[in-house]
Amino acid sequence: MLASLSLIFLWVPTDAVLGVSQRIFYFHVPLAWVGFLAFGVVFVASAAYLWRGGDRWDSLAFASAEIGMLFMTMLLVTGVLWAKASWGVWWTWSPQLTTSLILWLIYAGYLMLRAYGPVGGQGARYAAVVGIIGFFDVPIVYMAAKWWRDVHPEAVVGPLAEEGSLEGSMYLALMVSLVAFTALFGLLLAQRYRLRRHEEALEVLRQRYD
Amino acid sequence: MRAYLGPVLAILWKDLLLEARTREVIVPVLLFAVLVVVVFNFAIEPRPALVAVVAPGVLWLAFVFASAMGLTRTFALEKEDGGIEGLMLCPVGRDVIYVGKMLGGLIFLLVVEALTLPIFAALFNLPIWQPELWLLVVLATIGLSAIGTAFSAMAVNTRAREVLLPVLFFPILVPVIIAAVEATGAIIEGDAWESYSRWLGLVAAFDAIFLVLGAITFDYVLGE
Repeated sequence: MLASLSLIFLWVPTDAVLGVSQRIFYFHVPLAWVGFLAFGVVFVASAAYLWRGGDRWDSLAFASAEIGMLFMTMLLVTGVLWAKASWGVWWTWSPQLTTSLILWLIYAGYLMLRAYGPVGGQGARYAAVVGIIGFFDVPIVYMAAKWWRDVHPEAVVGPLAEEGSLEGSMYLALMVSLVAFTALFGLLLAQRYRLRRHEEALEVLRQRYD
Repeated sequence: MRAYLGPVLAILWKDLLLEARTREVIVPVLLFAVLVVVVFNFAIEPRPALVAVVAPGVLWLAFVFASAMGLTRTFALEKEDGGIEGLMLCPVGRDVIYVGKMLGGLIFLLVVEALTLPIFAALFNLPIWQPELWLLVVLATIGLSAIGTAFSAMAVNTRAREVLLPVLFFPILVPVIIAAVEATGAIIEGDAWESYSRWLGLVAAFDAIFLVLGAITFDYVLGE
């Protein structure tokens, strides 16, 4: 993490066109990657929970959804800041932005269902169903948002998609940052997962002695 | 096929009969949908130049809100008198229950939409008697009902159920809303079929994916 930070702020040359704000790039891309990875883990764990059963899968899905929300929130915040600095607007409805926002809303609903849903196996199954349906919805949202922009040609230019080549040092910094963020995700996930297991064990004990 | 269709139609018939006797879903939801259209008239002050731009959005917001309301209602009725336990005791697969409830919701919503559309057309002075528009309405409503049936079956068993259904329901529906609004706009403008047929394709794909997912996962939604 430290190595990555020092690369980003000290070593990589400042972008000629975008200036200092371009350094957000090294946070933004890894955040997006980890966010989508986290929701992918939610999907796999949800499917495994429904097919195989076992509370472990449920705990994993819950832990991953929470951390995914954290990273997606940071993704949206860095995205908004960078957009203001480089495009002059806070927000545009480009496919990537739309999809990220909708994804954020879907998993906000997922966590709400966790909070307000029935306790025990029923609530876990509900959450798993939403985790699966939400995952399948993402590519459709992306397609719809893409076509939607196509028919409104006055849209601002899309984000990173057009960025062709990266200079060597930038590429290295990005890769180090990706690895660092993925490791951070793994660490947080393991911690949250263990905490969740303890919470559940505590709940079982509490019910037994009540 | 016949063995599958029989129970589906029985569940559908039960819902239709219940509705015919109590009128607890269609009438309030219809009134609500019309109200949304009317209230939006005040909110946006539809000048002639503006109407064609905003009208499709108003129409689909009314339909989406109405569907969230109507589908919650059908499951709340099941829950009040333990009807859902009765359904679960039936010797049929859970996917059969899903398809039956989905068709019931679909028919209620289509009735509401068929009655809302002429009022909408009169208020906004728009041409709606086009087969493409009705095809779009049917396709998009299948999507609303496919997702809505699965989610409202969950939402009725949660605290804060009135809030939770829209919170889960609307983000998933975003592609259908975008597609329906864009296609409705194109149809009202009288554009060529080719210019909006892909939106219909997108909605059809959405329907297919979530009908299958809904039927597969409904077993877990109902529980033991």
